Amino acid sequence: MARRVTTSRKALVTVAAFAIGLIIFFPILWTFLTSFKTEGEAVASPPVFLAFHWTLENYAEVNQRSHYLLHFYNSVVISFGSTLIGLVIAIPAAWSMAFVPSRRTKDVLMWMLSTKMLPPVGVLIPIYLLFRNSGLLDTLTGLVVVLTLINLPIIVWMLYTYFKEIPGDILEAARMDGASLRNEILYVLTPMAVPGIASTLLLNVILAWNEAFWTLNLTAAKAAPLTAFIASYSSPEGLFYAKLSAASTMAIAPILVLGWFSQKQLVRGLTFGAVK
Amino acid sequence: MRSTSHFALCCTAASSLFIAAAGAQAETTITVATVNNGDMIRMQGLMGDFNAKHPDIKVNWVTLEENVLRQKVTTDIATKGGQYDVMTIGTYEVPIWGKQGWLVSLDDLPASWDVNDLLPPIRDGLTVDGKLYAAPFYGESSMTMYRADLMKKAGLKMPNAPTWEFIEKAARAMTNKSAGVYGICLRGKAGWGENMAFITAMSNSFGARWFDMKWNPQFDTPQWKETLATYLSLMHKYGPPGASSNGFNENLALFQQGKCGMWIDATVAASFVTDPKNSKVAKHVGFALAPHKEGIKKNGNWLWAWTLAIPAGTKQVAAAKTFIEWATSKDYLKLVASKEGWANVPPGTRTSLYKNPQYAKVPFARITLESIESADPTHPSVQEVPYVGVQFVAIPEFQGIATAVGQQFSAALAGTESADQALSASQSLTKREMTKAGYYK
Repeated sequence: MARRVTTSRKALVTVAAFAIGLIIFFPILWTFLTSFKTEGEAVASPPVFLAFHWTLENYAEVNQRSHYLLHFYNSVVISFGSTLIGLVIAIPAAWSMAFVPSRRTKDVLMWMLSTKMLPPVGVLIPIYLLFRNSGLLDTLTGLVVVLTLINLPIIVWMLYTYFKEIPGDILEAARMDGASLRNEILYVLTPMAVPGIASTLLLNVILAWNEAFWTLNLTAAKAAPLTAFIASYSSPEGLFYAKLSAASTMAIAPILVLGWFSQKQLVRGLTFGAVK
Repeated sequence: MRSTSHFALCCTAASSLFIAAAGAQAETTITVATVNNGDMIRMQGLMGDFNAKHPDIKVNWVTLEENVLRQKVTTDIATKGGQYDVMTIGTYEVPIWGKQGWLVSLDDLPASWDVNDLLPPIRDGLTVDGKLYAAPFYGESSMTMYRADLMKKAGLKMPNAPTWEFIEKAARAMTNKSAGVYGICLRGKAGWGENMAFITAMSNSFGARWFDMKWNPQFDTPQWKETLATYLSLMHKYGPPGASSNGFNENLALFQQGKCGMWIDATVAASFVTDPKNSKVAKHVGFALAPHKEGIKKNGNWLWAWTLAIPAGTKQVAAAKTFIEWATSKDYLKLVASKEGWANVPPGTRTSLYKNPQYAKVPFARITLESIESADPTHPSVQEVPYVGVQFVAIPEFQGIATAVGQQFSAALAGTESADQALSASQSLTKREMTKAGYYK
């Protein structure tokens, strides 16, 4: 017998959920509102919430000063490119670790994860020199390569977790029916793991979109993505918060919209196993 | 007939392509890395003038926040990455990088650029072993900005060169915490370019120095004790709450909102606080020199310049020099004045600007010049020092050490440790880092 939930309890939980949601969302909302203020109103004390002179001048100036579309294009290529290449490498790797593990599989997984524990700045100079010598500085190819390598451990780990949830018997049945390894992965495993693969893809696109160490340090004018676009509006000597907010809104809007449209997939993939 | 005309058309198209390709080849592209501040952004808006004069040079801009830019250009120049042809760097980097051979000398800029017109303290800070390694784009010092209306209400008159005693008296008189007005706003946020820029410059006015002639740190001297005690007393009694997280921008916002009676900070702030569009107190701002201590002939003001320099790894030296010559010329100052008014001309680089009667009408012009001229990077303290730099010490280790010391002083301001503890920790950490760096035999 299902437990009865009273209306007042439901209302309380709903209000609490909305309050927590608002707290989490508030910085983004504040950035959005600030982008429509003048620089003076942006730092007004006490702060003005809605009763200010709404203006689009910050957006106009940001568009005039920067090549937004170039940065946007670079962000799309880098985030989707690195994630897709990462998936192509990680799906077979996660398959082997989940279904044909060796004695050292756990150690290999831990070792892969441990590479994420190294502060990136520790390898900045070697990577910079490698990029310089290979002519990869300020190129999209270079950034796709470096972000693929950086996010690969997370992609493998996430897929490994999903694949572990899939009963090996299903794959074995496919093999007994004469499926080759390629067909087994492509036509049996992958369709069953679609929610997991989709959430891995989305999460890694978001991670790559927001990555701001390598994308800032390895680019100059040509391959700079939206992280560099935002950084160009930050200043320790001058109050440019309204323009910075406009730039930030323009930089996060695409990924926010993508998140909204795919949130069901994202939540499902993150909270459920592949065949639960 | 038809095939002949096709052939002719193809020939024309091919030759047009060839000419276009040849034209494209003749064009030189340079990448300029720069900081996001008003003067630099204004220059990007005035590039039409440069493009008209030099159609063969295309300029790509990389604009970044100061600390991000510093990290990027340092990595690039140290590895000879060659990503940038012109870099915007400060007076801290120029002597260090010039000595390392990382910068191209600018001694061969044409006579019309007039190197002798540069303000002597700025030129000295950019010269290593007699060679000029960077061209100043704008220079700044620090000064006292104050609310003339509050000062009048308190029955006081700000002298041109106030003492720390007067500043304390004025801060006490102007503080009205219930009305949200604090007598004085100073930098408290930890960082070598934040609170340490201010406190180091302040320490010079108390006769303190960072190092003696044998590179021993001097935080255990009475001069440093007096500096920190005065700073903490002013801020604890008359400063705004949460001052340990206030840097230039936070104090600028407070001053513009009418929350500060006085603010001692960069001269470049003058154009912001007098801008009626963003400042509520624009009409009431007065300017004076940075304070000094009675009997010591050093003001607590710093000296800084954002400069344009050419990294030794670039292949576009000639085009880079052409660009620098344009951006730091007398004609550029006139160009800005004609388009944006004299108040927006990049200040603090050329003597001729301060002789211009139209520029003399700008309310903060005289104090800026006096402040810059009173700063001497080769003799920052009344005591002898082994280093160059007013609010910094031009050695590579300084950034790390001063940021750590800045954290100690910021903690003392927040009240989590005493002044003595902060000074003692600063002394030992500086000694440790200098030992590691091999300064003691």
